[in-house]
Order: sequence, then C-alpha cells, then structure tokens
Amino acid sequence: MYNFDFARPGSIDEAATALQGEEAQALGGGQTLIPTMKQRLAAPATLVSLTGIPEMQGVCLDDDGRVCIGGATPHAVVEAEAAAHFPALAALAGRIGDPAVRNRGTIGGSLANNDPSACYPAAVLGTGATIKTNTRDIAADDFFEGMFTTALHEGEIITEVRFPVPEAANYQKFVQPASRFALVGVFVAKYADGVRVAVTGASEDGVFRWSEAEAALSADFSADAIADLSVPADDMISDLHGSGAYRAHLVGVMTRRAVSAAT
Amino acid sequence: MPKDSGIGASSKRREDLRFLTGEGRYTDDINLAGQAYVYFLRSDMAHARINRIDTSTAENMPGVLRVFTGADFEAVGGIPCGWQVTDRQGNPMQEPAHPVLARGKARHVGDPIAAVVAETYAQARNAAEAIEMDLDELPAVVDMKAALADDAPKVHDELDGNLCYDWGWIEDNKAATDAAFEAAAHVTTLELVNQRLVANPMEPRVAVGDYAKHSDESTLYTTSQNPHVIRLLMGAFVLGIPEHKLRVVAPDVGGGFGSKIFHYAEEAFCTFAAKQLRRPVKWTSTRSEAFISDAHGRDHVTRIELALDAENNFTAIRTETYANMGAYLSTFAPSVPTYLHGILMAGNYKTPNIYVNVKAVFTNTVPVDAYRGAGRPEATFQLERVIDKAARELGVDPVELRRQNFITEFPYATPVAVEYDTGDYNATMDKLLEMIDRDGFEARRAESARNGKLRGLGVNCYIEACGIAPSALVGQLGARAGLYESATVRVNATGGLVVMTGSHSHGQGHETSFAQVVADMIGIDESMVEIVHGDTANTPMGMGTYGSRSLAVGGSAMVRATEKIINKAKKIAAHLMEASEADIELKEGQFSVAGTDKSVAWGDVTLAAYVPHNYPIEEIEPGLEETAFYDPSNFTYPSGAYACEVEVDPETGKVQILSFAAADDFGNIVNPMIVDGQVHGGVAQGIGQALLEQAVYDENGQLVNASYMDYTMPRADDVPFYRVDHSCVTPCTHNPLGVKGCGEAGAIGSPPSVVNAVVDALQRAGHTHVTHIDMPLSPSRVWQAMQG
Ligand SMILES: Cc1cc2nc3c(=O)[nH]c(=O)nc-3n(C[C@H](O)[C@H](O)[C@H](O)COP(=O)(O)OP(=O)(O)OC[C@H]3O[C@@H](n4cnc5c(N)ncnc54)[C@H](O)[C@@H]3O)c2cc1C
Repeated sequence: MYNFDFARPGSIDEAATALQGEEAQALGGGQTLIPTMKQRLAAPATLVSLTGIPEMQGVCLDDDGRVCIGGATPHAVVEAEAAAHFPALAALAGRIGDPAVRNRGTIGGSLANNDPSACYPAAVLGTGATIKTNTRDIAADDFFEGMFTTALHEGEIITEVRFPVPEAANYQKFVQPASRFALVGVFVAKYADGVRVAVTGASEDGVFRWSEAEAALSADFSADAIADLSVPADDMISDLHGSGAYRAHLVGVMTRRAVSAAT
Repeated sequence: MPKDSGIGASSKRREDLRFLTGEGRYTDDINLAGQAYVYFLRSDMAHARINRIDTSTAENMPGVLRVFTGADFEAVGGIPCGWQVTDRQGNPMQEPAHPVLARGKARHVGDPIAAVVAETYAQARNAAEAIEMDLDELPAVVDMKAALADDAPKVHDELDGNLCYDWGWIEDNKAATDAAFEAAAHVTTLELVNQRLVANPMEPRVAVGDYAKHSDESTLYTTSQNPHVIRLLMGAFVLGIPEHKLRVVAPDVGGGFGSKIFHYAEEAFCTFAAKQLRRPVKWTSTRSEAFISDAHGRDHVTRIELALDAENNFTAIRTETYANMGAYLSTFAPSVPTYLHGILMAGNYKTPNIYVNVKAVFTNTVPVDAYRGAGRPEATFQLERVIDKAARELGVDPVELRRQNFITEFPYATPVAVEYDTGDYNATMDKLLEMIDRDGFEARRAESARNGKLRGLGVNCYIEACGIAPSALVGQLGARAGLYESATVRVNATGGLVVMTGSHSHGQGHETSFAQVVADMIGIDESMVEIVHGDTANTPMGMGTYGSRSLAVGGSAMVRATEKIINKAKKIAAHLMEASEADIELKEGQFSVAGTDKSVAWGDVTLAAYVPHNYPIEEIEPGLEETAFYDPSNFTYPSGAYACEVEVDPETGKVQILSFAAADDFGNIVNPMIVDGQVHGGVAQGIGQALLEQAVYDENGQLVNASYMDYTMPRADDVPFYRVDHSCVTPCTHNPLGVKGCGEAGAIGSPPSVVNAVVDALQRAGHTHVTHIDMPLSPSRVWQAMQG
C-alpha cells in the first residue's frame, strides 16, 4: 500500500467537497478498495470515508412503500433490517461473502464497483430500483454500463438506493467455488405490471436483463413457462470455473429455481 | 474403559492453550533489535533472459541498505537437491543449478531476480519498483509432453533437453509385465491427471537471519518442518557455514503439509544478507508470494493399465507417468514420483507383475515437491480408480474384486521392492462396511432420486509407506541424507523430564502425545514431561517431521533413550535399596524389589542421581540424561478402507458429500483424539483435491488462480461429519511402539473414494459413458461430463 490521506466527513456535502480533491476516492467498507490498494493496483492520494455520514446509513420505507437503503449501509444491516419489508433482498445481502465482509461492505460500494459477479446489481436491475446520488437520480436501467463501469461521474456519491417492493421475488446464487461470488446469480421480481429478471455473474457485459424470460414470465409466472428458453452462450464469460455454455445453462436453471422459490 | 493418561489416552492437546489464546510464538513474532526487511523482486514472466538489472536508482531510495542481485551470490553455492534418482540406463538424473537469486534467466513466475533490504518493508518494496530490468521474454514450456518435444524451449540451457530422468521400476520386471498383459483375459486402461496443488498452510513462510560478529555465528529463524535439515543443507551446500557456527530455529509453525520441508532461497538470502549487512534481515511472505514461491504438490499425468485373468485375479499393472518438477529441483522433488510413488504401486493387492515408468520433466512453473502424502496419493488414486473401472467393465462388485485380490499373508514382498511387515486388509474393509450400511444404500438412493439428486457410493483401499527411513535403504535409492531420528531425555533432580527431539511439531500435537509415551514408560503423570523441539541449539541432530514419521521414528528414539534412563535409574534404585539390579521393578513411578515390600520413589532416585551422596559412583556416573538415535529396519505400512457417499445435482453438476467413513489400521494408537484429528484434516485435504483445488497455468506460464478469489480451498461446509475408526490394529512389527503413523492417510486414502462415488452416481443415473472425471470434480466439470 502506498501512503494516503484519510478524511472522514460527517455529511454528504462535506464528502462531495472532499472528493473534489486531487486523486481523492470514496471509501465504503473497503472490501474491494483496500485489497486493491494493498496490491498496489490503486493509489488514491486521499480516501474519503463515507461510513461516518448518518444520512447514508440504514433501511427505511418511503411514502410510496419503497425500501430505501442508505448508500453506506453494510450488508449485514440490510440482511437484518430489510427482512420484514423485502425478504428476497435481505436474503441476498445475507449471502454476500462472510460475516466480516457483510459487516463492512456497503451497498453503495458494491454498486459503484459493479463487479460482474456481484449480487446487488442483480437486485437493483431486477427491481428497477433508483440509485440516488448527491446530484441526481439514476434509473437502474441506465446505471450499469458493463463490467466495472457505471453511469457515475468522477466523485459522484451513491447516497441511497430505492427499491420498489415486488409482489414476489427471489434471488438464486450459484457460487463460484473459490470466491463464492456469483458464478451465475438470477434475481426474479414479480410486479403487478410485469416480471423483471436480472442476471449477474454470467455475461461479458456484466449484469443484464433477460427480456425473453421476462416476457414469458409476465404471461405465466411459472418455471415451466421458461423451460424451453435459453440465453446465447457466446456472450457468456468463459473461465476456469466454467465455460460460456455452462453459464448459459445455469442462467436457465437458476431462473427457474428463482421463479419456483419466489415469495 | 478409555485410559485417562499415558499411551491410549485422549489427553487434551497441551499446545492448544497457547495457540488458541494468542500466545503461540511464530517466526513472524520474532523481531530482533535493528532488524531490516527484505522485499524480493520476482519475475512476472515465466521464462525470460535477464540482460541487465539497473539498481542505481533503487539504491538511493529512502531507507535502502542494499540491493542484491544474482551477481552477489556468485561465490555462494546454489540451493541443493537432497535426492538423486538414477534413470533406466543407470545414469544420474539431470540436475540444474538453482541460484539463490536468478542468474542469466528467470525460469518461472515468482523466480526471485533481485532483493532490496531496507529499514522498513514498505521502503524495500518502493525501491524494488525503481529497479530497472532489461528482460527478453522467452517462450515458456508448461505442458509436460510439449516440454519433451525436440524443438521445445529449454528451461535450462546447459541441460540436454527438459527431461530430468526417465525412471523404470523395476526395469527387470518390464518383460514379464508386458508378457502378462499379452496373456490377460481382460485389460482395463485409465488415463488421468493428478492435478497440481498449492499447499496453503495457514501461516505463510517467514525467515529472519541474524549474525553475531563476536562469535561469527549465524542464526536463522524459519518456518520449517525440519530445522536440522535446513542447517545441514544451507550450511554445507549454500553458504559454507559449519554446524557449530549456524543455529536454525523453527519455533511454532502454523502448518506445513510438506511445503515447509524444503530449503528455500529466501532462507539462505536472509542468513547471507544478515552477515553482509550486520543487521538482522526479515522476510515475511505475503499470501500472493506463497502461491508463486512455495513448492507445489502432485502434478502427474498418468496412464495405468490393469491386467486380469479369467477369474478376475490381478496379473499385472503397468503405468506410465509424467511428473512435473517445475523449473528447479526442490529438496526432495525427485524422490516423490519415484520412491514415494512407484514402490507403492502394488497397493493392497497381490499382483505378481508390476512395472512403473516415470518421466520427470522441467517446465517454466513453480517447483513441485512433497505435499501431504507425496507420491502415495498419486499411486493410490490411479490404482483405486482403475480397479473401480475394471469392476464396472467386468460387472463385478468393486468391494469383492478388491477382497479377492487382497494380500493376506505377511510379511509380503511386493514386486516393486518393498516388504509389508503386517496388515489385515479384510479387517479394515469389514469395519468399513459395518460403518456405512451398504445394504441401505439403495433406499437412500431412491430417497435422493425423489429429491431430484443422483446418489453414489465410492469405496477404496489404500496402503502407504510411512515412517520414512531406513537410512541404508534410502541411501541406496539416492537420498543424500540419513533418515533416522533422535531424542535426548533429560531427567531433572526432582524427577521432571525434558525430552529434546529432532522431529518437529507444526500442528501434530507432539508436545502432548510424545509426553504420553515417556510418562507411560515410567509410570508418572504426563505433566512431568516437557517436549522440546525446533531449535538446533538444544535438540540432537534429527531429520524432522514429514512422511508420517514422527512417532514411528522419533517416538522410537524417545523410547530407546527412556529405556536407557530406566536402566540407569534401576541401578541407582538397586544401590539405594541394597538389592540386586536384576530384582528391581519400575511400576507407576515406584521402584521396588521383587518379592519384598521395599520401594523407592522415582523422585528419590532422580535426586540421588544429582546429589550422589549415597551412590554407586564406581559403577556409574552421576546425572540422568541419555540420548538415542533410532534408524528403523523398514518403512511402516498403515492401510485402510474408505467410503464416501455423494449426491450430485444433475442440473448444475454440484457434488455434495453426504458421508465419509474411514477405517484405518495405524498400528498401536497413543492418543486417539489426536489421531481422529489427523484423519479429519487429511480427509479435508483429500476432499479439497477431489472436488475443489487445482493450480492452473496458462500457456504462457502465468498461474491463473494465484489467489483465494480463484483457488478453491475446502471450507467447513464442503466437508461432512466424518466417521473415523482405528480399532483395527496390526502393530508394526519392527518399532518398539508398534505404531505406523497417521498424518497422511486421510489425504492419501480419500480422493479415490470421492471420485468413485461421483462416477458411481452418474453411472447409476444412466450416464454410462462417464468412466472417469479428472479432479477437481467442480460443478462445471461434472456437468460437462454428463453432457457426453
Ligand atoms: C471475501 C469477500 C467476499 C465477497 N463476496 C461477495 C459476494 O458473494 N457477492 C457480492 O456481491 N460481493 C461480494 N464481495 C464484495 C463486497 O460485498 C463489497 O460490497 C464490495 O467489496 C464493495 O463494497 P465496499 O463498501 O467494501 O466498497 P469499497 O471497497 O470501499 O469501494 C469500492 C469502490 O466503490 C467506490 N465507492 C464506495 N462507496 C461508494 C459510494 N457510496 N458511492 C460511490 N462510490 C463508492 C469506491 O471508491 C471504490 O471505487 C466480497 C468481498 C470480499 C472481500
């Protein structure tokens, strides 16, 4: 690790100002950023910690019944506090990493990082959630721009994520054996106006919506309805943990399981 | 009734108190006054010519004491290899130079090219980034068969190609074995990969070198399984320091699994640099460095054939194996695919003709050496897999096929030149079947099927050669060291004992079980015996801990030394009681005169030895301290039968282990709890190999999964609750304790039963084309296999 300065602002405004500094970078739970710095693959001059900002902490319901999660809320808090309102989301948070990771890693950090195997992107895209930043609201469909790339501008802070609560939902995660991130993860959410299906871990382009399955499930919300559907293997990641064909196959399996398990 | 102390008691591991409360003292806990830190700049190319290294900028960076390169080690020897294998033509293996820091070429990713010593680790690392290297990347060889092609790039320019040796065992068996295959009624053939593994002990390697000018003495603190071996190899072959000027200390060591047997360049570097700089020099490996600098394990590609007659008797075994040595010969690397593998190829079976061929190959990869089991897992895996395959081809029960071919009479001389002293393979198989309710399997399988899962059962046997010794034999086979063990037993005046052993404990619980043995012999409480190990300054020359040898060889040395103590103590007791020595009995810490009520306590005798007022001084010396060296007459041969039951998810290929049973014959047992733990750990590593682990190189020689993000270690939920039994006992016939060793059995015996179980599950589900899947049986591989 190279030397760096450390700032711990108490408000979003202070944080935004601090992030204007030369080579300043936001620090959430540090579960991705700190290991990267230890390997000397990142060398920010200043780390601006977001964990001391009360406005960015916790889970609540807004007037529209949406579940709102502060951008610096750790996964363990989501697991505990979202359980009553949105069990599928709480269960997803409860299966990220290990207890240490869940106690530190944050939803904002996970989304900003947009690891192609991360879990939260599937829930955000699979619910059509809104990502609130210090400057604007970004719709999920506009946020994810491919592996490790998002619509965020330099220094922009995810302050909150607002999830419309579905009638039924489920997240199925088939783990990559070593990292236990998602080799393939599928989030299915059923709303009055249709079904959304988001897939993480599988595609070279990062998290994506499986629109064919969405259409079929919107007509008939059952595993049988998508029994004959598949995603093209060509676009899937192929690595030592599985070929593109295997991942494409798992997308079908995990989607059917998510539909069957959706509550 | 289980015993509550001494041999046979499950005494709690006394060392755990310090390990579990943070009081363990590991090498990284050692910080010496004035200590400097070294950072090794390692090659990120698998094969490169080093044209020029410019260290001038780095040398002037803050805190830098000195930058070393290969040129600084020209006057110093290379890292030696401890075993010379002789090839089929009677020629010695090809043995390349192994410099401390690379000279001329870098030969694998991780090969150290330069080293910066600075006031702090960060300063050393910063300066290393300022070293300018002019390297030409050369084509790398990774695949063993490709490495043997005539036009393959050479790992070592000075050698004749990349073949280290082409070894036949036994060459005289070849013709008869070929003839037996001609005459066979059935031949089963299996081609398989025994994949490369990374040992991954919890504690990464650490070395601290120190030098005292006034006495010209060097000290190395290191994470080693065998400090005396390191002292011998490093002192005599690398740095030219005589033993009395070199002390090697291996304090608490957090696991080794073989990877800490070997003498590594970093140890020699720290010792050398400390003397050059007159400063202690410390190196602590990061986990990332461990992946590319600790010796790896396994990495064999094998074709095995099994010949049977019309009655299904095994008539011959023929194997051809390519064994990866990596870029250099690590300390015991040449012995692993040969004398720890070929000589075990008879397994538990009376096969009259066996011929083993092994081609050891240099590649641009991390050196490969012994890893828990070392050679014996590779032998067991291929044999137990080919037998299972044969049973399926012949339509016979795999258990019965094994039983029919079991060796039942002992001693038994195998065609591969070892003599099994004792064993009872039917007994462990009977015990196993008792444990696993084989008759209930069909019902369990039907239940799994109802849940959409494919259930399978795999069984296998194993035998291993342990207690690695005898010196004369291993010397004939090319070992450049003896393989005895030693112990000094020091009795203090008030009766307590300190036992100094040449073996080393790095998780095995020696401090507990060794004390049980000595206390039991005298009949005193275990708490009166302290075990000291790990420091060449206060332990007799011993060869360390690996090959499940510590109790069988080191424990035997302790028994011999304690016998000497008891003999001398009896003389003193006889004098004190004015009786004849021949009439003295020692029981429960009391010396008595047979047939009388006269007795003296252990403590009275030990006090007399050190306060010899009333003492047979003409006859014997004062004091009570004895040393023994023990060199056994044979290996020990633990054996057993293992079974694994799995469920396969047909949609994803994910394998879940539902149960695992191990019935072992370890000979006599000193501490059953510790033995259970050794088997649990070994099986966890075996399951790791079977389902999860593999070091993967790409064609350019990059280790693709050099971190836990991609290298899969077994976790708690990957392993089941084990059922372990070691009640089948055929005591070893040639050591005084009748013990055989248990440290590696789990890792040796478990991979075939896991793979047999998965193949069984797929076969029963109608995937009849699946006769083998190469390890690790990851979900994607199992799914791929089912796709046909
Ligand atoms: C062992 C391990 C296992 C894991 N397993 C999983 C898993 O199974 N599934 C999964 O989804 N994830 C997993 N993770 C990732 C983890 O969940 C974290 O969420 C993730 O590492 C990033 O969150 P963080 O808060 O730690 O962000 P940091 O590491 O602090 O930051 C990551 C990036 O996001 C930026 N950033 C942080 N917060 C904000 C914000 N509020 N606004 C804008 N930018 C921000 C930072 O500048 C940085 O670029 C695992 C991590 C580890 C170490």
